[in-house]
Amino acid sequence: MSFDTIKLINMLENLSEEICENKEYLTELDSAIGDADHGINMTKGFKAVRSKLPTLKDKDCGNILKTVGMTLVSTVGGASGPLYGTAFMRAGKAVGAKDKLELKDLPLILDAALIGIKDRGKAEKGEKTIVDTLEPAVEALKEFDIEVQTEVALTKALSAAKQGMEYTKTIIAKKGRASYLGERSIGHQDPGATSCFIMLEVIIGELFKEF
Amino acid sequence: MVGIVLVSHSRKIAEGTLELISQMIGESAKIEIAAGTSDGRLGTDAFMIEKKIRQVFDDDGVLVLVDLGSAVMSAEMAIEDLEDSLRAKTKILDAPFVEGAIVATMEASFGKSLEEVMDEVEKAMKIKKLN
Repeated sequence: MSFDTIKLINMLENLSEEICENKEYLTELDSAIGDADHGINMTKGFKAVRSKLPTLKDKDCGNILKTVGMTLVSTVGGASGPLYGTAFMRAGKAVGAKDKLELKDLPLILDAALIGIKDRGKAEKGEKTIVDTLEPAVEALKEFDIEVQTEVALTKALSAAKQGMEYTKTIIAKKGRASYLGERSIGHQDPGATSCFIMLEVIIGELFKEF
Repeated sequence: MVGIVLVSHSRKIAEGTLELISQMIGESAKIEIAAGTSDGRLGTDAFMIEKKIRQVFDDDGVLVLVDLGSAVMSAEMAIEDLEDSLRAKTKILDAPFVEGAIVATMEASFGKSLEEVMDEVEKAMKIKKLN
């Protein structure tokens, strides 16, 4: 069984909706250690994505992901624009002109997104960023043959992502506005790590339904 | 003439800086603003920055002034998207936004090269405001 463009668009639609629903929560997290705009910026970006998705029905998977990325770059405003924008654009490039995705594409897509985010933000794990959620998920996926051990791979990836997100509460921010706070950033969960987990939860949840 | 692009989260900061510059050197500069989001919020937009770099670009190159945070990331992304020939002559200035913009635009309007303008900005950054 594979994942066609209609399902991909549907997944991106759900992902956008979930981000918009968490607007207040993301903003609340960002008001503790940042500039209180993460929820607002992400909602602006993903609302624009939602309005674009219906126009992408006849595009290939790579093109769809790339368009989502470009839309985020031009509408988000904050650092999450170029970061998530680059992630989706790199994911689209990794997928190429396919009309259907397979399970084995998931580690490739997330790895390309991770490398994109690390390049763009010059960030490594342990700096209280998106990377702390995404990298453990990618590492967990690589430990399994996702085609054979689908359930365990997806479950481990999501729990690794969650652990990574929660770990950001315990560390000092090294990037962005939060880094000005130094030790005072400890005790607060990173908004970017959180929005990344929300997206992974949707993606992995949809795959559970499909495969 | 070296082109200048002002990248700020705030359209008002960029416009105010441009106003200061115009007052000092008139309309002779080649300068564009890429500030705020298209719907009027605080923020930066890599594609808008790229468009403005292309607008002011000629063989003398372009200098980009940034304020803080994602302005740097968006400007880097914009420059990476350029073709090799443009990218080689487009630089982000590591300078305070207002002071850097004024010195860079003034030196550029004198017809100095990209490297010369960058040197002048670096020198000017060492000037103390209080003696």
